[in-house]
Amino acid sequence: MIARIQNFSNRFLRPVVEASGFAMQLAGETLLRFPHCFRRSRLIKDQMFEGGVRTLHVVLLVGFFIGMIVSLQVGVELAMYGQQESVGILVAVLMAREMAPFVTAIVLAASVGSAMAAELGTMKVQEEITALEVLSVDVHSYLVLPRVIGLTLVSPILTVLATWVGTIGGGVIAVTQLGLDFGGYLHNALNSLRDIGDFIPLPVSIYSGLVKSTVFGFVTAVIGCARGLQATNGARGVGESTRAAVRDSIILIIVLNFFLGKFLLH
Amino acid sequence: MIRLHNVHKAFGQNQVLVGLDLHVKEGESLVLMGPSGAGKSVILKHIIGLLKPDAGEVLVEGKIIHELSSNDLRNLRKDMGYLFQHAALINWLDVFDNVALPLRESRILPEAEVKIKVEEVLTRVRMQDALKKFPAELSGGMQKRVGLARALVTNPRIILYDEPEAGLDPEMSYSVSHMIRRLREELHTTSITVTHSWSCAEMVGDQVALFENGSLVTQGSPKTLLENPHPRFRKFLGPQHHG
Repeated sequence: MIARIQNFSNRFLRPVVEASGFAMQLAGETLLRFPHCFRRSRLIKDQMFEGGVRTLHVVLLVGFFIGMIVSLQVGVELAMYGQQESVGILVAVLMAREMAPFVTAIVLAASVGSAMAAELGTMKVQEEITALEVLSVDVHSYLVLPRVIGLTLVSPILTVLATWVGTIGGGVIAVTQLGLDFGGYLHNALNSLRDIGDFIPLPVSIYSGLVKSTVFGFVTAVIGCARGLQATNGARGVGESTRAAVRDSIILIIVLNFFLGKFLLH
Repeated sequence: MIRLHNVHKAFGQNQVLVGLDLHVKEGESLVLMGPSGAGKSVILKHIIGLLKPDAGEVLVEGKIIHELSSNDLRNLRKDMGYLFQHAALINWLDVFDNVALPLRESRILPEAEVKIKVEEVLTRVRMQDALKKFPAELSGGMQKRVGLARALVTNPRIILYDEPEAGLDPEMSYSVSHMIRRLREELHTTSITVTHSWSCAEMVGDQVALFENGSLVTQGSPKTLLENPHPRFRKFLGPQHHG
């Protein structure tokens, strides 16, 4: 029995604890190098371009369709009670607080987080990371910091854009399927975003979405880099790291989404 | 200059180094030979501080490597160059940026001097025409030469070569070995070269050491070893010696 528990812990628990510990250590090491940001500004800009501009079209497309889906599903239900005019309020609030940060984070984890894990993983198995260490290059400052800061900055910007296109997508459904006036829909939507929170004197839906997306961007980048730097065993190991980076990021995004939502709204 | 004293190292159940003693004097060129898995590259990784011995000491310039703080180790590494088996160039940097990287990161020289230094060292390895090329656009031999330029750009006193001829055709292998010897004559560096090739060992080494099962089998100058070979050494060289 004890041998079985030991075997289980060695096979499943130990790798999870080790990977989590490595990611937390990496996050700490990266934050300690925050003063290097100015020196690494060119690399940070490159990463913002990779994470932001190159995923913009995906985030906008997904955000637009998510807005239409929310509007359609909520609008149909509200129409049964004659409350379809409220659809703008619900679409805007849901997009700003939940859907836009979540969907943006998923897109970034799948595209940028996986790319980070694959890139750093390939560098690791081809001894490029070892070469940097031998050349006295600070790997955390040179490779990890720009990726983490770049994605942390770009994530809230993409989330704001996803919120906007999602709200417009919802408006398209409101006009074409629910027979509402676009001006009235937009007026309701914008008004719903003006509610000031008790916690911070800013519009609650806006800041809760921005805080979430900033945290999601940070987490996605740290996990992508951590998994990449832990890659071993050639191409197969890089594939495993990439898969693990996406899986771990998505799990953590969902869990954090709940706790951050609870914390920020209550 | 470099001394390994009673060094033991194991990876799991696999004992790679068993009480290894080794000494390289200043300005000397030592060649490490031995069958694959004998622990030759592991020795280089101990000297550069990438691995810690399970027991024993690795001293470079009188300092025990595994007792150094990360800052001290980083400073000591500035005195050392390392040519990787597959060059290990950074794929998304061009030749110029790859070679300039250690200088830019150490922030000792202004950019204008970095440019002069990088061009000088690339000329030394005859890669001055490939400044804007990326590693993927270079042949194996060219990548090795750029790797060599990157190892030389900080003016190291010690250079470690991990199988410099690996993956190269005989002509390119000869060219790289010749370049290593020429650089040593010009720069008076201390070096350790891991190789399977006797022609490379003969060309670059003052001393050649044969390793097997984690310990030293025999050591001597290339001439001495050829004139009075240890039976294991004769067997290891096989057709190379007669060829």
